[in-house]
Amino acid sequence: MSPTLTADSVSVSFEGLRALSKVNLDVPRSRITGLIGPNGAGKTTLVNVLTGFQVPSEGHVILDGERLGCLPPHKIRRRGVARTFQSGRLFSDLSVLDNLEVTGIGLGLQRKEAASRAAEMLEWVGIAHLAERTAGGLPYTDERRVAIGRALMMEPHYLLLDEPAAGMSAEEAAQLASLIKRIIAEKKCGVLLIEHNIGLVLNICDDIHVLDSGEIIDCGSPAAIKASEKVRHAYMGTQADAVGEIL
Amino acid sequence: MTAVLQILFDALSLGSLYALGALGIALIFGVMRLVNFAHGDYIAFCVFALLWPSIDAAAIVFIGKLPSLILIPLVIAIGAGLSVLSEIVVFRRFRNANPATMMIASFALGFVIRYFLLMLYSSRPKSIDLWSNLSLPIEIFGARIPLLQVITICTTIVVLLALTAFLKRTRFGLEMRAAAENFTMARMLGVRANNVIMLAFALSGALAAAIGLILVTQTGTVDIQMGVSVMLVAFIATVIGGLGSLTGAVIAGFLIGGATVLMQVILPVDARPFRDAFVYAAVIVTLIWRPNGLFAPKSAKQRV
Repeated sequence: MSPTLTADSVSVSFEGLRALSKVNLDVPRSRITGLIGPNGAGKTTLVNVLTGFQVPSEGHVILDGERLGCLPPHKIRRRGVARTFQSGRLFSDLSVLDNLEVTGIGLGLQRKEAASRAAEMLEWVGIAHLAERTAGGLPYTDERRVAIGRALMMEPHYLLLDEPAAGMSAEEAAQLASLIKRIIAEKKCGVLLIEHNIGLVLNICDDIHVLDSGEIIDCGSPAAIKASEKVRHAYMGTQADAVGEIL
Repeated sequence: MTAVLQILFDALSLGSLYALGALGIALIFGVMRLVNFAHGDYIAFCVFALLWPSIDAAAIVFIGKLPSLILIPLVIAIGAGLSVLSEIVVFRRFRNANPATMMIASFALGFVIRYFLLMLYSSRPKSIDLWSNLSLPIEIFGARIPLLQVITICTTIVVLLALTAFLKRTRFGLEMRAAAENFTMARMLGVRANNVIMLAFALSGALAAAIGLILVTQTGTVDIQMGVSVMLVAFIATVIGGLGSLTGAVIAGFLIGGATVLMQVILPVDARPFRDAFVYAAVIVTLIWRPNGLFAPKSAKQRV
């Protein structure tokens, strides 16, 4: 069996409200898995479960065939599952380089090693010129790229991107798409892409899962998702027109 | 000219004390969102450590008799140790409590330390002769400046430079800056939270010890209340500097020191007894003008 990051019938309840209900999801390596769904469907909750930020009420997270139990986020990160956050969450008073460097230190590197790896990573992402800038003053898109660079420190096996294209123009989203493709090609990560930009998801994902009201209602190739009645139905009322145009 | 120089040195040395105090408070606020009101009592504790416990009016000098080369590191270690101990015994238990709870715990800890000293040493101020020859003036460009002032200013500059280098160049420093800005996030990235917090407490306690040594050399007296006024001004300095900003705390410490000395000089003689009222009025005006402080860190704006 090829290595995957798997949610095995994961359920999460917040005080009676069921945010996720028996969700199964595989994130295989070297592939882009898309996760779409209307607002409040539970997408971020699922990412939180996969990265240890949220303990599931039922079910398990399985990393390369091994159950993770209740590991804290930083231990899961050390085992190769990295993520970005919807709102960047960089250390805004630190320089871009320091943001990556402190991540390297947190993952157990010595200072010098962390600094040189951080510089290499900035180079790889294509933002080496921003190294000395204070992270808080960066434009939106650069901030996202720094966040992705930070998540890629120490070569994680899985990368979970939570709405990385939110607020980006079409051109910026295209740049992001090519960065994600490079991550697959060169870093061999498994990527889970959560996005509202359905065009981007249909364009670059190998598989797409559709989450609605805490349940996976459909999954398959982009072509299959495009044709799916259920998906069309789920999006009715929320973004019916927009989806109609894209699908 | 000499008068100006004299005022300048007065301002710088008073500002140095406040800056060191503010730094000690800001370091811990940075990593824990805790305003540690026991900080002033750490200062008193370090000074009392120079004496042998007794409730006699006359002080029995104990550590204070040791040669300076041993005495200074020892007192600094006592300050750091007390501070780390208070984190392990008290503050660690409030790690996830809300800031008001932690602040009240710090008040309580302050009282415990103060009454512990009261029990051992009684409440009478005692006099101690520690390096009193440092009060002798030396001549700088015609102005007669007490040597202690020069030493205070130099010590502060060295401490500030060393701390800056530490924060910028070492891995602990980087971890501390990250943790100071967003503790939860730093922890999630694997930054060792307890180590960073203990280090912040150790540094803060060491700064308290330095202040204690300077104060006791200046005044020649040991008093349970001796840390209180420095602590108060230092706290105000951290607020004016922008809570969470170390640079801001230091600059604001110097500003308050400068303002105090300046008011002492320029106020009419009749108004001088009310000098502090004028200083605090300036503080209030500053906060009305910049409610987040002069150097509020960028991260403070996102945090609600």
